[in-house]
Amino acid sequence: MTTEALSSLPVGVEDRKTRLFAGFMRYLPLFILAALWELGSRSGLVSTLALPALSTVIVSWFDLLLPSNPFTGGGALAWIGWALSGDLVVNGADSLWRLCAGLGLAIGIGTILGIAMAWYRPFEVFINPIVQVFYPMPKSALIPVTVLWLGFGHASKILLIFIGCMLPVTLSAYNGARGTEQALVWSARSMGASRRRTLFEVVLPSALPELLNGIRTALALSFILMVSSELIVARSGLGYMIGWLGDGGVYDAMFAVVLTVAALGFAADRGYLMLMKRILSWRE
Amino acid sequence: MARMTGNSARTVGVLPGLEETGLSRLVEAGKRLFLAWFSVVLVLVAWETFARSGAVTTFLLPPFTMVVERVWADAASGDLVINLGRTLYRALFGFTVASCVGITIGILMARNAAFRWFFDPIVSVGFPMPKIGFLPIFMLWFGLYDTSKIALIIFDASFPVITATYAATLGVERYTIWSARMLGSGERNLLWEIILPAAFPGIMTGLQIALPISLIIAIVTEMIMGGPGLGGAMIAASRFADSPGVFAGILEIAVAGYFVVRGMAYLRRRLLVWHQEAEEPTTV
Repeated sequence: MTTEALSSLPVGVEDRKTRLFAGFMRYLPLFILAALWELGSRSGLVSTLALPALSTVIVSWFDLLLPSNPFTGGGALAWIGWALSGDLVVNGADSLWRLCAGLGLAIGIGTILGIAMAWYRPFEVFINPIVQVFYPMPKSALIPVTVLWLGFGHASKILLIFIGCMLPVTLSAYNGARGTEQALVWSARSMGASRRRTLFEVVLPSALPELLNGIRTALALSFILMVSSELIVARSGLGYMIGWLGDGGVYDAMFAVVLTVAALGFAADRGYLMLMKRILSWRE
Repeated sequence: MARMTGNSARTVGVLPGLEETGLSRLVEAGKRLFLAWFSVVLVLVAWETFARSGAVTTFLLPPFTMVVERVWADAASGDLVINLGRTLYRALFGFTVASCVGITIGILMARNAAFRWFFDPIVSVGFPMPKIGFLPIFMLWFGLYDTSKIALIIFDASFPVITATYAATLGVERYTIWSARMLGSGERNLLWEIILPAAFPGIMTGLQIALPISLIIAIVTEMIMGGPGLGGAMIAASRFADSPGVFAGILEIAVAGYFVVRGMAYLRRRLLVWHQEAEEPTTV
C-alpha cells in the first residue's frame, strides 16, 4: 500500500483492519480443520455415527441451550427463569458453581498456607513434607471417597476440586514468598516497618507473580477434576451430560457439550491470562 | 555426559576439620529422613487413632492399618501386580508416544514457518482445554479397551511436551547455531548435536509435566470404563461399598504417583548433570 493511500485513511481503521486480517490468518488452520470435519462427515468418508457433521453439532448445541419446554407464563421475571431453563444452561451453571466454590476455597486457603510456610519456620518443617508427599498424587483417585463422604451432589465435587487445586496454589505461594529478596525485607524492617506490614507490602507483592502462575495451573486442574468427577458419579453438570448423552447415543449433542466444556476451559484460561497481565502491570 | 559423576560436588559441603566418618554420615542421613517424614507419619497416626476412636464408622474411614492389610492382601493374591502393571503400561506407553510426537511437532514448529503457522493456533487453543471431556468420543472411536485409553493419554500428554519443546528450541542461542553452521555442520548434525542437547532442559521440564498427566488420565479412564487397572479396581470396590478396597486403591495410586514423579526428578538430575538447571524442582 502506498503512503498516499495510507494517509487518506484514519489511522485507527487501517490498524484494526490489518489486525483483523492477522488474527484471521493466525486462526485459519482452525477453520481449515473445521471445514475438513464438515466435509469428511458430509461426504460419507467418515460415518456420521462416529463423527456427526459440525453443522449438526452446532444445531444441537442451540437445541440444548434453548429451553425445551414451551413458555407457560407467569410473573414478569418468569421469562428469565424460562430462558435459562435449557439443559446446557442448568447443567453448566451447576458445573461452574462447583468449580468456582472449590477453586475459590483452594486459592484462599492455599495462599494462606503457602505464605505461612514461608513466614514461620516451624510451620514449614511440619507442613512442607506433607505437601511434598501429596503433591504428586493423582487427585482424581479421591473421587470415590469424596462421594462416599459427601454424596452425589455439589459438596463432593467442591471438596475434590478444593483438594486438587490447593496444593499447586500452596506450593507456588510458598516458592514465591521464599524467593523474596532478603535485602528488601531487611530494608523494610530497618526503616521501621512492622513484621505485619513487611508481610503485606513486601513479601506478598513479590510472591504475586509466582502465586498467579500457580493459580493458573489450579484453574486448569479444576476443569479436569470437575469434568472427570461428573463423568464418574453425578446427577447434574456438564460432565454428567456428556456421559448421559454418550450412553444414549445422541452423539451430535454429546459433541456439542464436549466442545462447550473445551471452549469454557479455553476461555477461562485466556481470561485469567488477561487478568494476570493487568494485575502484574506494575512490574514492567 | 552422565559419566561425569557428581561425587566431587557432594563432598564440598563437609566442614573442614569435621571428619566424614561413617557414623556422622549415618546420623546426618537419619536426621534428614526424620525431618522429611515425621509429619507424614504423624498424619498417618492421627488417621489411625481417629478411625479407631469410634467417631466414624470404618465404612467412612477405615483405619490405616486395615488399608495396609488390604494392600498386602492384594499384593499376595497377585491382583496388585496385574492392576498396577496395567495402569503403568497404559500410562508409560501413552507417555512415550506423546513424548515422541510432542518433541517432533515442537521442533518442527520452531524450525519451520509453515508448520508453526498451522500448529500454533491448534496448540494454543488445545492446551488449556480440559481434554478429559473428550473421553466419550474416544470411547466411540476406539472402543473400551486399551486403545481408547492410550489414545486419550497421547492426546492429553502431547500438549505440554509440544509447548515446552517449542519454547526450548526457540530459546537456543542463535550464535551457537551460527557457529555450528560456520564450522560446516549440516542440518541433521545441527539438530542432533546442537539443538536437541541445548533444548533438552526445557524439553525435560515438559516431560516432567506430561508424565503425571499420563498417570492421571490412565486412572480416570479406568475409573470410567472399568476393567483391570488401579482406577478400575477402585471404582469396582466403591460399587460394592468396600471402603478398605477404595482406600487401598488411593494408597496404591498415591505411592505410584510419588515414585513416578520422583523417578522423573532423579532422571533429570542424572541426564542433566552438565547443566545448571539439573536440580530444578518439579513444579507443574
